[in-house]
Amino acid sequence: MSSLPTSGNVPHVELRSLDELWFQVSGTLCNLECTHCFISCSPHNDSFSYLSLETVAKSLEESIRWGVKEYYFTGGEPFLNREIVPILERTLEYGPVTVLTNGTVLKAEWLSRLRDAEQRGSYSLEFRVSIDGPTPATNDPIRGPRTFERAMKGVRLLVEHGFLPIITMARTWDLSEDERILEEFRGVLKEQSCDRPRLKVLPRLQIGAEADRSEGYGQHDRITPEMMQEFDESQLICNHSRVVTDRGVYVCPILLDAPDARLGETLEAAAVDFPLSHGACYTCYQYGAICTNLSAAKSSTT
Amino acid sequence: MKLAIFGGIYNNYLALEAAIADARARGVDDFYCLGDLGAFGPHPDRVFPLLKEAGVVCIQGNYDDSIGNDLDDCQCGYTDPRDNHFAQISYEYTYRNTAPENRRWMRDLLTELRLEVDGIRFLLCHGSPRQTNEFLWDSTTSTHFLDKLARDHNADVVLATHTGIHWQRELSEGRRFVNVGVLGRPENDGSTNVWYTIIRTGNDLPKPTGSAPWDSTVNNTPIQIEFIPLAYNHERLAQEMQDEGLPEEFINTIRTGWWTTCLEVLPSRERRAGKW
Ligand code: SF4
Ligand code: SF4
Ligand SMILES: [Fe+2]
Repeated sequence: MSSLPTSGNVPHVELRSLDELWFQVSGTLCNLECTHCFISCSPHNDSFSYLSLETVAKSLEESIRWGVKEYYFTGGEPFLNREIVPILERTLEYGPVTVLTNGTVLKAEWLSRLRDAEQRGSYSLEFRVSIDGPTPATNDPIRGPRTFERAMKGVRLLVEHGFLPIITMARTWDLSEDERILEEFRGVLKEQSCDRPRLKVLPRLQIGAEADRSEGYGQHDRITPEMMQEFDESQLICNHSRVVTDRGVYVCPILLDAPDARLGETLEAAAVDFPLSHGACYTCYQYGAICTNLSAAKSSTT
Repeated sequence: MKLAIFGGIYNNYLALEAAIADARARGVDDFYCLGDLGAFGPHPDRVFPLLKEAGVVCIQGNYDDSIGNDLDDCQCGYTDPRDNHFAQISYEYTYRNTAPENRRWMRDLLTELRLEVDGIRFLLCHGSPRQTNEFLWDSTTSTHFLDKLARDHNADVVLATHTGIHWQRELSEGRRFVNVGVLGRPENDGSTNVWYTIIRTGNDLPKPTGSAPWDSTVNNTPIQIEFIPLAYNHERLAQEMQDEGLPEEFINTIRTGWWTTCLEVLPSRERRAGKW
């Protein structure tokens, strides 16, 4: 899939500071099997598995020394992990939390516990729900039959529990269509009594299942040292994050399938420079901080 | 020592005038401003004579850097198209109405300032000590992050603004992070007042009156950080904004105390506290 470029030097990115710590909390296990999933998650893909509360707790303790600012949980589907509620409760004692979910398996009982946990402390608990477009017609062909309806039910449940979910869409349409689609989605959400819709469009990553769906990356879609010259490195999440998995610490949540992305067992071992040799790096380069919240988005001062 | 610290002014010269008078009435006449002199409000040039007359020591915010260096936008760090649309309206208005000598003055401001007061090391910055336009919100900033920030920058008390909402956190060994709030617009809490901060240290602390005499100590020096809600003639400001043709959305915020723009950048907790 990802191979090294045949010519030229590969630019390296340093870990400027560990601002965001990610947890691959349900590995590559998911109840859905979206066609564009960039790490090909499915009910059967256990190449990465669930993180235990114990593993998360250890990393949380280690993260203090690194001055981690925010914690992110992803998968697969985080809510398939049986310990997810205690894991999130524990993490909220350390800092702000964002969970990326497909919204289809949420339960009222979990959400009321999490709402209590959020209110006990002073940090935000953010939910990002992936829904690919404002209608079943745009979403279901990608995410599976009836997933639009099920995810919207999840959104309603979140709103009922006092959360303000951020809905993220992978762009499967032309960039120029963004405004129209956002407007349509705002309308749909308002009908569902979600009166403060927060929406975000993400670029597609052409790796994993998405590489089969579309064309994958060409050999020339690589970052060259020249491209890095005037570039603000903080736009790349590997400049300020790492991801904890059941198989060690990786450079970012995007490159789990790449052998060189595993950096070591501990945060300490993972605090090394990383060569931007992958096609997905090219998308990061083009679109900036694709995985963080709007409120955490970095922007350049120069 | 007694210091009054102002956050973003956003052209709100009426609030600045009121803040200077209010601080003086409280016996404080050392003034600092953490930048973002322009944005949002009317008549940018009216802020500068007030700053100079009162001897307010200013550092440079992202706005001042943009206006001073003739950049195309305010570098506020918004990512939502609607937020950016409104930010651009204020930016172009402010740029057009700021005299060249005031632009040059902003261009030459320092981006941070260090003060040592009664043995306490203060670091004054705009967003964070490491990035002028970094948003540090109460609900999305862990305590150990702030600890490391203060340690890495050799500061006991870090003072910042930029987000528009005041808050503070006590860190290890009595260190502090303080967002001093802004004079430019209300805090999205349904009140029309704005906020600034008074810091008292050492012998300038008020005498204990029964309840908490001071907030804590830093390096064995007592320190008190007081957030001051400030009423000013916001009706007049709203009227002047209307006369200048500034967006209804901004005027609404001044009159109601609720934010109507820049909402997408708010974390959920801060967003829920508001109306929109
Ligand atoms: S994109 Fe998300 S919901 Fe879809 S299969 Fe992958 S992890 Fe699951
Ligand atoms: S995919 Fe993006 S975040 Fe991951 S290593 Fe490449 S540039 Fe960095
Ligand atoms: Fe600012």
